[in-house]
Amino acid sequence: MKPGVISRSGLLLGLAGVIVIGLVSLIYQFTHDAIEESEYQAMLQALNSIIPPDSHDNDMVNDSKILAANKELGLKKDALLYRARNEGKIFAVAFPVTAPDGYNGPINLLLAIDREGKILGARVVSHKETPGLGDRIESRRSNWSDGFQGTSLENPTDEQWKVKKDGGVFDQFTGATITPRKIVKAIHSALMFVDSNPGVFFDE
Amino acid sequence: MSNSDLVTTDYSKVIHDGLWNNNPALAQVLGLCPLLAVSGTVINSLALGVATMMVLIASNLAVSLLRLYIPNEIRIPVFVLIIAGFVTIVELLMHAYLYNLYTVLGIFVPLIVTNCAIIGRAEGFASKHSPLPSLVDGISMGLGFTGVLVALGVMREVLAQGTLFADASLMLGDWATTITLFENYDGFLLAALPPGAFIGLGFLLAFKNVIDQYMRKRRTSQVVVDIPDANTEPALSQSD
Repeated sequence: MKPGVISRSGLLLGLAGVIVIGLVSLIYQFTHDAIEESEYQAMLQALNSIIPPDSHDNDMVNDSKILAANKELGLKKDALLYRARNEGKIFAVAFPVTAPDGYNGPINLLLAIDREGKILGARVVSHKETPGLGDRIESRRSNWSDGFQGTSLENPTDEQWKVKKDGGVFDQFTGATITPRKIVKAIHSALMFVDSNPGVFFDE
Repeated sequence: MSNSDLVTTDYSKVIHDGLWNNNPALAQVLGLCPLLAVSGTVINSLALGVATMMVLIASNLAVSLLRLYIPNEIRIPVFVLIIAGFVTIVELLMHAYLYNLYTVLGIFVPLIVTNCAIIGRAEGFASKHSPLPSLVDGISMGLGFTGVLVALGVMREVLAQGTLFADASLMLGDWATTITLFENYDGFLLAALPPGAFIGLGFLLAFKNVIDQYMRKRRTSQVVVDIPDANTEPALSQSD
C-alpha cells in the first residue's frame, strides 16, 4: 500500500468519525430534555409509591443531597438522599439500600423512613432474582414489600427482624427463602445505621 | 467495487431470503446473544426486535449510499462507526420516549452494536447493492429477526407465565392490556430461564429445517417429472 493511500484512508476515516459524532451530538441535544423529564418522572413515581405525595409540600425529586458510599446501606457508590418536607422541616427521607447478597446478585431497594425511625415504605427497584419465585418481592407482583410499612427498630424487636422461617415476623415465599431473608437483613441493617447516624439523614 | 447493480435485483428473492431462506437467526444463526437473553416476554422481544430492525435499515441505507466513496481498506471500521452511531441514536430515543422499556432491556440496547447480523448485512449486501435493494434487504432481514424473537417470546411467555403481552403498556401506552391465557397458572420456570431460550430456539431451528426438507422433497419430485436436467438448489446460507 502506498503512503498516499494510507493518509487518504486515514483522513476519510477521521471524517467519517466526525460526521457520526456530529449526528449523535445533534440527537443528544434534541433528546436531552426528554431524557431528563423521563428520569424525573420515573424517580417521582418511585418516591410517590413509598411516600404519599400529599403528605409533603416540597418537590422531593429536586430536594436531594449526596449520601456517601457506605457498607451498612450496601451502597458501593455515592447515592442520593431525598427529603420530604412540610413547611421546610424534614419529616421523612428516602434513599437507596442494596442487599448485596441476593440469590442472584445484589437487590436494589428504595426505603423511606420518617423522623421517628418508622418505615413509610420499601420498594424493590431492580434485582436479578429467579422469575416466578424470588421476583414476588416486586410490588407489581405481590404486596410482600408492603409488609415493611410501619415497622421500626423497636417494632418488631431485634430478634424478630427475620423471615418467619427463621423465627421472625416477615413472610417468605414457598421455594424462595433466601431472597426475602436478605432483603429483611438489609433493611434491618439500614434502620440500625439511621438510628446511630440521624444527622446524616435529617440534618439540613 | 462491485458492479452487480447492473443486474436487476430480484426483490422477491431479497424478501424471501430475509424472512426465511437466509433468516438472520434461523439460517445465519447470528445475533443469538440478545435473541436468547431478552426473549422472555413478547413485549421485550418485540421492542428489541424493532430497535434492531431500525438500526439495520438505517445502517443498510447509509452503507449503500456511501459504498462508492468508502475505500475498500477502511470499509469495516467505517461500517462499525455507522452502526455504532445509529445504535446510540436509537438508545437515546428509547431513553427519552420509552423510558420504562429502556430500563427493562438495559444493556441489550447498546449491545445491538455487536449483533453480527447487522454488520453481516452491511458487508454482505448493502456494500454491493444500490440504496433501494439495500433498504428492502434491511426491512426483510429486520422483520425476519424480529419474527424469530417474537416467536420465541410467545413460546417462552405462554409456557412460563401463561400470559401474552405482559407489560405491554411499557411499550404501547396505557391502552394495552395483558392477555391471561390460563388463570391461576403455576408457571413453568424452565421456559423463563436461559435453558428455556436455548431449547426454544432449538425447536424453531428444527421446525424450519423440517419445513425446508419437506419443500425440497416436493420440489425435487416435481423437477424429476418436468425438467430432468435443471436441478440446482439455491444455497441456503452464505454466512461468513
